[in-house]
Amino acid sequence: MAVLDSKIPEGAIEDKWENHKFSVKLVNPNNKRRFEIIVIGTGLAGASAAASLSELGYRVKVFTFHDSPRRAHSIAAQGGINAAKNYTNDGDSVHRLFYDTVKGGDYRSREANVHRLAEVSVNIIDQAAAQGVPFAREYGGMLDNRSFGGAQVSRTFYARGQTGQQLLLGAYQALAKQVAVGNVELHTRTELLDVVLKDGRACGVVTRDLVSGEVSSHSSHAVVLATGGYGNVYYLSTNAMACNVTAAWRAHRKGAYFANACYTQIHPTCIPASDEFQSKLTLMSESLRNDGRIWVPDAFDEERPPDQIPESDRDYYLERKYPAFGNLVPRDVASRNSKTVVDQGKGVGPIKNGVYLDFGAVIERDGEDVVRSKYGNLFDMYERITGENPYKVPMRIYPATHYTMGGTWVDYNLMTTIPGCYAIGEANFSDHGANRLGASALMQGLADGYFVLPYTIGDDLAGRLGEAPVPTDDPVFVEAEAAVTSQVDRFMSIGGTRSVDWFHRELGKIVWDYIGMERTKEGLEKALAEIPALEEEFWKDLCLPGSAATLNSGLEKAGRVADFFELAKLMARDALDREESCGGHFRAEHQTEEGEAKRDDENFAHVAAWEWNGPGSVQTRHQEELTFENVALTQRSYK
Amino acid sequence: MSRELNLTLQIWRQEGPHDDGHFETYAATGISEDMSFLEMLDIVNEGLIQDGNVPIEFDHDCREGICGTCSLMINGQAHGQEKATTTCQLHMRKFNDGDTIVVEPFRARAFPVVRDLVVDRSAFDRIIEAGGYISVNTGAASDANLTPVPKEASDTSFDAAACIGCGACVAACPNSAAQLFTSAKLAHLNLIPQGQPQRFERTESMVETMESFFGSCTNHGECHEACPKEISLDFIAFMNRDYVKAKVKNRKLAGQT
Amino acid sequence: MAAPATSPPGSTPIFRRKWQLPFPLNIYQSSIGRKWVMALTGIGLLGFVVVHMIGNLHIYEGPVQSHEYAESLRSLGGGLMPRTFLLWVLRLGLAGMFVLHIHSAYSLKERSRKASDKADFIGGEKKYHSKRDYVAANYASRTMRWTGPIILLYLLFHLADLTWGWWLGDNYVLGDPYHNVVASLSNLPVAIIYVVANVALVIHIFHGTWSLFQSLGINNPKYNELRRTLAKLVAGVILVGNLSFPVLVQTGLIDDDNRTCDVGDVTCLEHQAEKH
Ligand SMILES: Cc1cc2nc3c(=O)[nH]c(=O)nc-3n(C[C@H](O)[C@H](O)[C@H](O)COP(=O)(O)OP(=O)(O)OC[C@H]3O[C@@H](n4cnc5c(N)ncnc54)[C@H](O)[C@@H]3O)c2cc1C
Ligand code: HEM
Ligand code: SF4
Ligand code: FES
Repeated sequence: MAVLDSKIPEGAIEDKWENHKFSVKLVNPNNKRRFEIIVIGTGLAGASAAASLSELGYRVKVFTFHDSPRRAHSIAAQGGINAAKNYTNDGDSVHRLFYDTVKGGDYRSREANVHRLAEVSVNIIDQAAAQGVPFAREYGGMLDNRSFGGAQVSRTFYARGQTGQQLLLGAYQALAKQVAVGNVELHTRTELLDVVLKDGRACGVVTRDLVSGEVSSHSSHAVVLATGGYGNVYYLSTNAMACNVTAAWRAHRKGAYFANACYTQIHPTCIPASDEFQSKLTLMSESLRNDGRIWVPDAFDEERPPDQIPESDRDYYLERKYPAFGNLVPRDVASRNSKTVVDQGKGVGPIKNGVYLDFGAVIERDGEDVVRSKYGNLFDMYERITGENPYKVPMRIYPATHYTMGGTWVDYNLMTTIPGCYAIGEANFSDHGANRLGASALMQGLADGYFVLPYTIGDDLAGRLGEAPVPTDDPVFVEAEAAVTSQVDRFMSIGGTRSVDWFHRELGKIVWDYIGMERTKEGLEKALAEIPALEEEFWKDLCLPGSAATLNSGLEKAGRVADFFELAKLMARDALDREESCGGHFRAEHQTEEGEAKRDDENFAHVAAWEWNGPGSVQTRHQEELTFENVALTQRSYK
Repeated sequence: MSRELNLTLQIWRQEGPHDDGHFETYAATGISEDMSFLEMLDIVNEGLIQDGNVPIEFDHDCREGICGTCSLMINGQAHGQEKATTTCQLHMRKFNDGDTIVVEPFRARAFPVVRDLVVDRSAFDRIIEAGGYISVNTGAASDANLTPVPKEASDTSFDAAACIGCGACVAACPNSAAQLFTSAKLAHLNLIPQGQPQRFERTESMVETMESFFGSCTNHGECHEACPKEISLDFIAFMNRDYVKAKVKNRKLAGQT
Repeated sequence: MAAPATSPPGSTPIFRRKWQLPFPLNIYQSSIGRKWVMALTGIGLLGFVVVHMIGNLHIYEGPVQSHEYAESLRSLGGGLMPRTFLLWVLRLGLAGMFVLHIHSAYSLKERSRKASDKADFIGGEKKYHSKRDYVAANYASRTMRWTGPIILLYLLFHLADLTWGWWLGDNYVLGDPYHNVVASLSNLPVAIIYVVANVALVIHIFHGTWSLFQSLGINNPKYNELRRTLAKLVAGVILVGNLSFPVLVQTGLIDDDNRTCDVGDVTCLEHQAEKH
C-alpha cells in the first residue's frame, strides 16, 4: 500500500540498521544548531531523545505537563530492562533477543525494527551505567542479571524494584545538563494541545500553560511525540493518573495514522480494587508467581475465610489446566483465567473481585524468613495498601491494564505519516507487536531516544537546510490556537452536573467490559453503541467549576477524557475488524479447543493503521503487511 | 466489611501564587478505611463539584509512592504520620472516626504555592542542573563491565539514589533547608567511580545553588523522619565533608579524587 | 547558565552573593562553611568550658590552691613571655571564637528565617498554621537559638561579677577567687542565675556535641550511636561540675570559715602558695 511506506532498508536482517545508518543523510555539525526540534514528553523516550539531540547540537524545546521532567510515568517501572549482553554466558545473543521479542509479540511486529532494538539494547546498558544508574551488582563489582517474565536466559538488568526510576533519573540528569548549558529550553506544566501543519508538514505545536491557562504556539523543524501509552482509557490501570492519549490523538486528528489500537496488555498480578472510588491499581511484580499458588474456592458462595477452606475445596485452576507451566503461564493466559473464574462468581475478597495468591505452602517449606528476603518489599507494599498481612492471609490479586502496544504508526525512521512529526517510546505502535515481553518497554523507550531517533531524524532535516521555522503568527498557528481556545471555552461553558471523573469511570467500565481481556463481536458492537451515547452526554452534562485562567486539573482532564472517548471507539473498531486472537487481543470467537488464542496469519499478519476522516466519520483502515523471513511462525502452547 | 470514617478536614485554599490563602472546613463522610488519603480527597472534590464549588487542587500522579509528585502537610507532618510513606500510600485506616485533619501545602519560600495545596518545586530541578549528573554524551560510554563498582559502594549509592524529589525534607525542616535532597543526589554520584571526575566541581556547584534557594541546616533530623524513602542523615555529613574538600583541594594537581 | 524558558516562580534564587571573596574567606560565604566555623569554634569553646570547669575544681582544695591556679594562668608561658601575655592571647582567641560562633549562628538563622518566610502565608512568623508535630528535633536542638544567647548574657554577667567585681563592691578581692566565688554564690538570686545559665549551657552542649560531627562530616554509621553517648557524657560532666559550685555554697558546705589566711590578705595567700 503506497500510503504506508515503512522504509525498511534493504539487506539481510543483521545488516539493515548498519546499511541504513550509512545511507541516511547527515546534517553537518555546524548546521545542526540551525534546526529547532520540539520534544513532547520527558519519560525515558523523551528525556533521552532531547538530551541526545541537543548534545548533537540541535536546538531543542522540551514540554511536559509534569512539574518536573523527573516525574514522567516511566519512573514507576519496577522490574528491569532487557539487553542482549550475554554477561551471564547462558547463550543469549542479539538474535535470540530479536527472536524472543518477535515471538513474544505473537508475530505482529516488524522484524527489522525488532532486530534494531535488540542490536542497540547493549549500548543502552553501557550508557546508563556510565551515567551512574545504580544497577544491581555482584560482589566482584560486575553487573547482575536475572531472568524475567519467563525468559529462558538471564538478560534483565535491574535496580532493586526501581529500575524505571533509576533509568529515568539518568536520562533526566542528562537532560538537566543540557538545560544548564542552554541547549534545551524546558517548559514544565505545559501541555501540548495541538500539532500544527503547514503544507502537510509538521511545523510546530500549540500548548497551554497549566498554571496561567495561557495558550501559545511554538514552531520548529520537527516535532517528536514521546508522550507514553493510553492505558488510562480503562480508567483503572497501573498507569499514573495523568497518562493520556491527547498528544498522539491530536496528531492523529491532524493526519498521523493510529495503529493497532486494540493491542493492550493486561497484567495478572495487581491488587484488586477495594471499592468504586479506587483511583488506580497497583502492580505487584510478576516474580510473585514463582512461589505463590493461585486458587479460588470450589463453591460459588464461599463465605469461609481462606485459612478455613480445606485443600479439597480449593481449585488451583492454573495448575489444573496447564500442568507443565502451572502458575507461570504467560501474562495473558493467567489474566484471562482469573477473569473466567471471577466471572463465574468464584471471586474472593469483600467485593469478590480477586483470586488468591497463596504463599502458605512456600512459607511452610522454606520458612517466613526466606520468603521475606525474596519478597519483603512487595509484601510490605501489599500490607500498606490492603491492611492484610500476606504472611498470614493469602494475597488477593486481579489483572489490570498495564501497557498499550498500539499507538501512532511510524516508519523505520520513527516518523509518523505526518512528515516532520515523530513518535517514540510507548506512544508509537512500536516493536512489541501484539504483546510486550516483560522488561522490554524501558529498552524500547531508551533505544528510540538515545540510539535511533538521533540518527534517523537527520534524514528528513538534511534536505531542509536554510528553511526558517514557520513564524508563530502565521495563519496556521493562529487558527490552531483559536481552535484550542474554543475547545477550552466549550468545556468551561457546558455547565452540566457531572464531574469529569464520573464520565471517565463510566467510559472505563465499558472499555474494560468489552475491549478488555476477552472480546466478542457482540460486545464490541455494544461498546460501539454505548460509547457514543456516553460521549454525547459528556458534551452536554459535564460540570467544570473554576476558571480556565488558573491551575484547573478538571479542565486538563476534560480534554484528555474527550480524546479517550474517540480512542475507545477506534479500539472497538480495530478489535472488531481483527478477526483473530493474538497476544493481548483475545477474540472469544477465535480460540483453540483448549481456549488458547488462535492467530490467523493468512489474513491478519499485518498492522492496521487508521486514518482520521474528520469528527463525524469512521477512520479508514490501512494495512501494512508484515513479512517474516527470519522467524518461523508458530502457535504457542503452554500445556 | 471495612470501617467507615467521618472526618472534619481543614484545608488550605489559595487562588494563586499572589493571593492570600485561608483555611476552609469540609466534612468527609462515609470514608472507607481502605481508601488512600488522596482518594479521600477525590471524594471530597466529587462532592464539591456536585455542589458547583471549585474542587481542591493537589499534586499527585503515580499514586504508588515513586514519582514524588504528591505532597501535603497532614496534621503538621509531611506526608502524614506514617513513617516511610508518601501521601498517596497513606491509607485512611490510620485515622480514627471523628478525627479533625489539618491539610496544608509544603511550605518554603523556594516552594511558592501555585494553587491550594499545589506548590512549585522547580528549585530542585535547578539544583540538579547545577551538576547533578555525570557528563557522558550519548554514545561515549564504553562497555558497562569495564568499570567495576564495588557492591557496597553501589548499594550505598543506591540508598541515596532512591530519593524521589518530593520535597518533604524541605517542608519538614524548620529552616527550610534542602540538605537531605541535595546530599542524596551528591552521594549517589560521588560514591561511585563514574562520578569521580566531576566530584568536587559538582559538589561545589550544587551546594551553592542549593544555598541560593534554601535555608541552613541545624541538624535537627526532621528531614530524615519525614522522608518517604528514609534517606540517611549520613549523606548530609558526607556532603559537608565533600564541600569543604572541594574548596580546599588543588584540583589541578591532585586530580579530582 | 541560561534560565529555562518558562521560569516557574520557584526558580528564582532567594539569596545571591554580591561578590565572591578570595579563598579561604569564600568558605565562610557558604552556609556549610559557616557551619564548619560554628562547629570548630564550638569545639574551642567546649574546650574552654571543660578546662574552666576543671580549673574551678580547685575551689574544693581551698583558697590557697584557688589563688595558685589563678596565678598560674597569669604566668602561663613561664619566663618566656611577659606575664599575662599568653593569658591575653587566650582571652582574645576565646573572644574571637565567640564572635565567629555568634556571627555564624546569627547569620545562618537569618538565612533560614528568610528561606522559610511565609511569603505565601498570612499570619504569624511560623511556617505552618497547624501545630507542627516534631518527630526528631528534640528540645535541645530546637532551643539552640535561645540557649546560645542565654549563655552570652550569662557570660557577660559572669565577667562583671567575678572578673570585674561590679556588684560585689568592697567585698570583691582581687586575687582571692575562692572568696569571691563564695561571696557571690551565697546570694540566692545569683546562685539561681548560675544554675539556670548552666542548665542552658549544658542543653546547648548536649545538642552541639552531637551536631558538630555532622557539620564537619566526621561521621561513620559505625559510631553514630557513640556520638549521642559522648554528648550525654560531656553534658553530664559539665552539669555536675558546674552546678556543684552554687549548690555547695548555698548548702554551706563551702564557706569562708576554715581559711588559714584572712579574707583580703592576698600576701598571706601568696606566701602560703609558695610554701606549697
Ligand atoms: C507499573 C508499571 C511498571 C512497569 N514496569 C516495567 C518494567 O519493569 N520493565 C519495562 O520494560 N517496562 C515497564 N513498564 C512500562 C514502561 O514503564 C513504559 O512503557 C515506559 O516507561 C514508557 O515511557 P515513555 O517515555 O514512552 O512515556 P512516559 O514515561 O509515560 O512519559 C510520557 C511523557 O509525556 C508527557 N506528556 C504526555 N502527554 C503530553 C502532552 N499532551 N503535553 C505535554 N506532555 C505530555 C508526560 O508529561 C511525560 O513526561 C511498566 C509500566 C507500569 C505502568
Ligand atoms: C561556651 C559556650 C558555647 C559552647 C561550648 C558552644 C558550643 C556549640 C557547639 C558545639 C555547637 C554545634 C555546632 C555545630 O552544629 O556544628 C553550637 C551551635 C550553636 N551555638 Fe553555641 N556554644 C557556645 C556559646 C554560644 C553562644 C554564646 C551563642 C549565641 C549567642 C551560641 C549559639 C549557637 C547556636 C545558635 C548554635 C546552633 C546553630 C546551628 O546549628 O546552625 N553558642 N554551639
Ligand atoms: S530526600 Fe526524601 S524527603 Fe527529601 S526529596 Fe528526597 S525523598 Fe523527598
Ligand atoms: S503520587 Fe507519586 S509518589 Fe505519591
